[in-house]
Amino acid sequence: MAAKDEDVDAVGETPVGGSGANDAAAWDVRRDQLSRKLAEHRTRLDIEARASRKAGSSQGIAEGLKLASEFAAGIIVGAAIGYFIDRAAGTTPFGLIFFLMIGFAAGVRNILRAVSPETKPVAKPPQIGPNDGKR
Amino acid sequence: MAYDPIDPIHQFQIFRIVPIKIGSWDFSFTNSALFMVLTVAVTAGFLYYTTRGRGLVPSRGQSITELSYEFTANMLRDAAGTAGMKFFPFVFSIFMFVLVANLFGMMPYFFTVTSHLIVTFALAMLVISVVVVYGLMKHGLHFFHLFVPPGVPAALLPLVVLIEVVSFLSRPVSLSVRLFANMLAGHITLKVFAGFIVSLSALGTLGILGSILPLAMVVALTALEFLVAALQAYVFAVLTCMYLNDAIHPGH
Repeated sequence: MAAKDEDVDAVGETPVGGSGANDAAAWDVRRDQLSRKLAEHRTRLDIEARASRKAGSSQGIAEGLKLASEFAAGIIVGAAIGYFIDRAAGTTPFGLIFFLMIGFAAGVRNILRAVSPETKPVAKPPQIGPNDGKR
Repeated sequence: MAYDPIDPIHQFQIFRIVPIKIGSWDFSFTNSALFMVLTVAVTAGFLYYTTRGRGLVPSRGQSITELSYEFTANMLRDAAGTAGMKFFPFVFSIFMFVLVANLFGMMPYFFTVTSHLIVTFALAMLVISVVVVYGLMKHGLHFFHLFVPPGVPAALLPLVVLIEVVSFLSRPVSLSVRLFANMLAGHITLKVFAGFIVSLSALGTLGILGSILPLAMVVALTALEFLVAALQAYVFAVLTCMYLNDAIHPGH
């Protein structure tokens, strides 16, 4: 790695021996160099970590496991609401039919929300203000 | 019921350890309750024990604790912003509980708490109640903007709001059913394949040779189940964060 070589060079440039104020100054210079290198390295690590997180496989698996149940849950809840409305109001089977369709739509909505969290606001103009910058 | 060694459902049976009855309510201490207590005790004990030294250079145990802390903190900050960090104790508790309970279930002879729908549903309802209560407290009626997506024509609004409400109600269901179904299905699959080994090896030499195949399958499935156990805890926590985000910033 190129950074390693630079590190070695940088350390080599600074005088290690000597005595008194000269020595303290040398150490200061050395400490500065080291902290700069560290900061550089840290930002690079951060970028690398972010890149690997984007491509991370376990996150993809987690995403995949999520979707099927999102869709099913919409339909189940819709059917349950329709069934209980039918039971209470005696409108069998129209409540079930209607809410099953609503549940289907809700399931599709769940999936759309799950796969596109960034573009969630439909046809929303980009607004600049206190809400900007947070999702 | 006679005990059947290869019955795949037997592992999910709940039995009373200490029968307690208050009025007509059954508050018995069951094996499920025992493992919930064990989960909490092991989690809390581990976290406390490993952070006890508070070393600047962390020990191995402290590293695990710090990693899990940072993992959850990053997850929450990504999903709900810094405003969500006040829910960190809540999310961390849920994440650790589900994770440890799932991993506990992977031990032989251990009971899997999260393979029961009522347990996962209680956890999901806890999450949703926190979302609803906090959302209403913080934003009042503005919280219901969650159900009104922007840019919808007025004629379609009743239908869309109905769909959004059903979609919201489906959240605890999907949250709980996903965790429960994954744990239940995984453990049944494991047990069924393990049962094949027992049945096949009873058939003589050829059977014992043949039972190598399900044995390999069980080994592979065990690895998969560990992955699923960790992933499901992660998914549960991520969705908790996303729902909390809705409570903190509704309406967009």
